[in-house]
Amino acid sequence: MALAELNAAVLLLGLTAYAVLGGADFGAGFWDLTAGGARRGARLRGMVKNAMGPVWEANHVWLIFVLVVFWTAFPRAFGPVMQTLYVPLYLAGVGIIFRGAAFALRGEAATIVEARLLGGAFALASVAVPFFLGAVVGAVASGQVPAEGAGDAWESWTGPFPLYIGVLTVGAGAYIAAVFLAGDSVRVGQEDLARAFRWRALAAALVTGVLAIAGLFVARSQARGLYDGLTSGGGVVAVVVSALAGVVALALVWREHYEPARYASAVAVAATVAGWGLAQRPDFLPGALSLDEAAAGRPTQIAILVSMGIALLILAPSLWLLFRLTLAGRLDTDFHPIAAADRRDEP
Amino acid sequence: MQALSLAVHIPLVCFGVAFPAMVLYMEGLYVRTGDPLYKVIAKRWSKVMLILFAVGAVTGTILSFELGLLWPEFMERFGEVFGMAFALEGVAFFLEAIFIAIYVYGWDRISPRAHLLTGIPVVIAGFTGSLMVIGVNGWMNDPGGFELDSDGNVTGVNPFAAFVNSNVWHEWVHMYLAGFLVAGFIVAGVYAFSWLRGHRDRFRQVAMVVPLTFACLAAPIQVVVGDWAGRTVAEEQPTKLAAFEGLEQTTRGADLRLGGIMIGDEIYGSVSIPDGLSLLAHHDPNAEVEGLNAVPADERPPVPVVRNAFQVMIGIGTGLALLAVVYLVTAVRRGRPPRSKWFYIAVVAAGPAALVALIAGWIVTEVGRQPWIVYRVMRVSEAVTGAEGIPVGYATLALVYAALAVIVLYLLRRLAHRPIELEAESAARGTDDGSG
Repeated sequence: MALAELNAAVLLLGLTAYAVLGGADFGAGFWDLTAGGARRGARLRGMVKNAMGPVWEANHVWLIFVLVVFWTAFPRAFGPVMQTLYVPLYLAGVGIIFRGAAFALRGEAATIVEARLLGGAFALASVAVPFFLGAVVGAVASGQVPAEGAGDAWESWTGPFPLYIGVLTVGAGAYIAAVFLAGDSVRVGQEDLARAFRWRALAAALVTGVLAIAGLFVARSQARGLYDGLTSGGGVVAVVVSALAGVVALALVWREHYEPARYASAVAVAATVAGWGLAQRPDFLPGALSLDEAAAGRPTQIAILVSMGIALLILAPSLWLLFRLTLAGRLDTDFHPIAAADRRDEP
Repeated sequence: MQALSLAVHIPLVCFGVAFPAMVLYMEGLYVRTGDPLYKVIAKRWSKVMLILFAVGAVTGTILSFELGLLWPEFMERFGEVFGMAFALEGVAFFLEAIFIAIYVYGWDRISPRAHLLTGIPVVIAGFTGSLMVIGVNGWMNDPGGFELDSDGNVTGVNPFAAFVNSNVWHEWVHMYLAGFLVAGFIVAGVYAFSWLRGHRDRFRQVAMVVPLTFACLAAPIQVVVGDWAGRTVAEEQPTKLAAFEGLEQTTRGADLRLGGIMIGDEIYGSVSIPDGLSLLAHHDPNAEVEGLNAVPADERPPVPVVRNAFQVMIGIGTGLALLAVVYLVTAVRRGRPPRSKWFYIAVVAAGPAALVALIAGWIVTEVGRQPWIVYRVMRVSEAVTGAEGIPVGYATLALVYAALAVIVLYLLRRLAHRPIELEAESAARGTDDGSG
């Protein structure tokens, strides 16, 4: 396999991790947004906060990882993407500020107004950010980014396909989040919340599944190259794996086996991302720039692979420790509902 | 816009880099002595640390977005040269995020010794992470590790050579110490302020002395490092040094003009020290110092900005070093901090002053490099985006940051007003339920 492809694999790996872990965080925000009135949604919101607390920062570093590998390994594609898609990227950026800050600070809110304001900012941004990031991916995948200079700042990402990918991203995040949260609820002994998230997971799975199937048709009319890639060679395998994992995850959630469902739904998302990569191979910007053309020089590419290898040796055990402590409930704080006037303290 | 985000991000970085060491030191005291007071302080601080880290993480993410959004040409051409360092910084940051979470959420849930251990990667990650980012800045000032072919394309990239440039070491030590100065003086200042208001208990005494000692140890060293930095700049970027000092003509045995303010081409109210500049820059009173006239007018930075910022930094730095000496001498001779009211007022003032010096120092190095984004290779105007709507984006971002700052300060204040006694009690019982 060529050097550029290995680097692309590193990039996609980071993107997959972000889609699964970051996506779950964003999805949790989606459920926060739709939890209902202050009283009705209090317990649900408390659970969201409880589950996200220790892991959300680590989950979001994946985005930084993706960005730095992107511009280091594929500088020739980074420029055009940034110049063309600066509107959705900027909006996502502002959303990230709101979301991160609001979440970190919400625990300190003491009055109704504060809690509403911060909670609202967090939840709204949680839906906006994956939508815009999804639209960026959709624009790249459907070949809206020219290799030379800037494409149209608005038309590039407001077509049906980018917008569709944006919606799909929100849906997938919501689904994963519901599965994860159901498991977390069981762990802290909140059976009623586990049931609530189970229904949400099933509903989100249905919606996302229908969207995904519909997506093949959208792709066929809007992003023909991608469609052809997904229906041939490695692309087909990825699509099938994704669909199978999705169905298995659904069955596991139905039978309330939330822990294995966690992994099955992660596989479903990972296979989707991999399918995208396989489908547009060997292009980085479809129809405009191949992987090799976009890639940095040989020494830089080797340096990235080597340092990422070393990084993996350090990060993998650290992440393992964090997730093990989290999943074993060692980092759980005492469960509190988040009601508007609730005065709670951080751990 | 990048400048705005950086100005928000840099002070947060100081806390990210230096504060964990102080928190950890405090916890170390607790583990060694078993005195619950230390634990109460460490725990309170760790919450602040988490909030600031989270906000810093967010602004850091925005910065990496902005690199691409604002400087697409720069990234496209040079991303592969210096991107490596950012990738490694990403890794360090990752590590910090993982362990800061374990550390803050792990209070009383893992054994004290293990808990202390989980804090160590946070400190190390702050240490290496800052090295990486400074490596990039050092490279912008002393670009290496690549060649340009006749069309101006980047070839022969060697990312490691790019990283090991003449600036990285002094800039890094300078920045790392600055982190301790800013974080140390600000935290100490908060408690000195409450001492002045009459809250003179042991909690505040300890909480002030520890960060103050960190900052005061760093301050005098910073002066020495500053001298080192100045000499490197004199060798590598003589034009920049000339701008620091507002030196128009290349001169042998140049005078040092201290203080004052530069408006237009004139410096008002400065004190001249004969041959001082040659002595400082080259450690030789007769050395030749290159002036601004060595380069064409369109390759000179805006001199008044650079010079005034430089003087501010030097002035505050010297003041902080003096304060540090007063404190350290008293502490060593009497075994306690000075009792004078003026000392406490000075400590309160030192926090904001250190912050001002930090921003001034950053203006010095960044504006001093103008008009280049990559020193003598690429101009800022060549690197910037042609995208429309930048002013709109700028205004929105400024508003967002202002709101953010207000909220953070407001909540930190609330955190500080929480009664200490409750935490002290629960810590003493050792049955803290995590809702301290």
